Amino acid sequence: MARKDLLDIAALDREEIEHLLDQSIPFKELFTRSVKKVPALKGKSVLMLFYEPSTRTHSSFEVAAKRLSADVTNFDVAHSSITKGESVRETVETLQAMRTDYIIVRHGRSGLPGMIARQTKASVISAGDGAHAHPTQGLLDAFTIKEKFPDPTGKKVLIIGDILHSRVARSTSTILKKLGVEVAYLGPGSLVPRVGPENIRRFTDYKEAMAWSPDFIYLLRVQMERQDAQFFPSLREYHRLYGISDARLDEIRKRGLYLMHPGPVNRGVELCDAVMDYERSLINDQVENGIAVRMAVLYWLKPGGESPSVVS
Amino acid sequence: MQKTLTAEDIATGVERLAKAILDKHRGHPVALVGIRSRGDEVAERILTILSAEDDWDLSFGVLDISLYRDDFEHLHENPLLQESDIAFPIEGAHIILVDDVLFTGRTIRAALDALSDYGRPGKVELAVLIDRGHREMPIQPDYVGITLDTCRLDHVLVSLEGTDGKDEVRIVEKENS
Repeated sequence: MARKDLLDIAALDREEIEHLLDQSIPFKELFTRSVKKVPALKGKSVLMLFYEPSTRTHSSFEVAAKRLSADVTNFDVAHSSITKGESVRETVETLQAMRTDYIIVRHGRSGLPGMIARQTKASVISAGDGAHAHPTQGLLDAFTIKEKFPDPTGKKVLIIGDILHSRVARSTSTILKKLGVEVAYLGPGSLVPRVGPENIRRFTDYKEAMAWSPDFIYLLRVQMERQDAQFFPSLREYHRLYGISDARLDEIRKRGLYLMHPGPVNRGVELCDAVMDYERSLINDQVENGIAVRMAVLYWLKPGGESPSVVS
Repeated sequence: MQKTLTAEDIATGVERLAKAILDKHRGHPVALVGIRSRGDEVAERILTILSAEDDWDLSFGVLDISLYRDDFEHLHENPLLQESDIAFPIEGAHIILVDDVLFTGRTIRAALDALSDYGRPGKVELAVLIDRGHREMPIQPDYVGITLDTCRLDHVLVSLEGTDGKDEVRIVEKENS
């Protein structure tokens, strides 16, 4: 079975997830060659529709599409008629007329990529929508964890930070649970939702969370731009309570824990400078793996179907 | 109508390939590169025979050409990818591409494209266990194990021990398929 769209992790079953993660391995292998490009999507067009700023995810998708020989067009939202009041629906009709094969969407509104997917024959991939989903981030995190533990069942991942506003936390914890990984949240009470997925431990105290003995520490970015209300007193206070300081890094190193972060990092908030040189920091692996995973997703999806998300 | 080749026929074919390569290149560095799937197994079998020779610099690699195929639009799903494994420097190497069946030549075209993305080989030759004819590209083998007279629409179904559990080739003719 192939799908037309990738809108969230929740829709994927375990078999599909394992398939995508396995298929990412040969794509990553290409990066060691002198020519990193393959002709698999030659003649296909990929349209980047980003309503929110993003450097990493945007360039990662762009590199992935180009390494598959697809033609990439940036629909420059900031300078387009959207600022003149064109609705998303009109934009999508325009894109449909351009006969693009893949549309990669980022939008502040949850569910918007799904709405676009229903209106177009192109394959739609969510590159982050509201606090809903960021499926390729979930896949790349799972891939990075599986590189360290091919069978990650029973491994423990502690996600630290602003869980409430984080689509990364949502997609990553959803995929990890599906793979049998144990997940816990740590953050200020105001940022760790009481409701939500079950079987996830919730901590507000760093020491207690570490006593849970995680194998991976996953730091979320403090999203300055997404916070209208004040959820914690100050950044300095946040760093004191939940940030990875030099002293905490020493303990993490002694325990041999792996450290992850979706980027971009706020130095001095989620982590101190020394973390960037930590031997078991997987932050750069995540960047590289993101390209491989996105190539696997583009290769797997089948544009052209009528149904919103499942073909055949 | 159905014809079958046995394990002995296959073994004879592999020996013929090995002997031809041996006669031509004994002592000169050569790299066998098998095309997934089954070309890699044929290449391994040739390598086993050639390895009996002393002082012969032999390399081995495996190529997955799924991303280079020009026919996957017609398939139901994209082919399952596997890793390529070329652990020796391609630059200047003398490579013998190995596949199980040579038919239209399109797979070999794709393999040549894939190979050139790893580097620039000094020379590339082609060894196939079975040549069944009906080329659609100007590609000819340098070494052939078995030549089969087939019709364009016949199916040549190769099973090999390591991939499929047994050695057998079935030729299913059009009327029957």
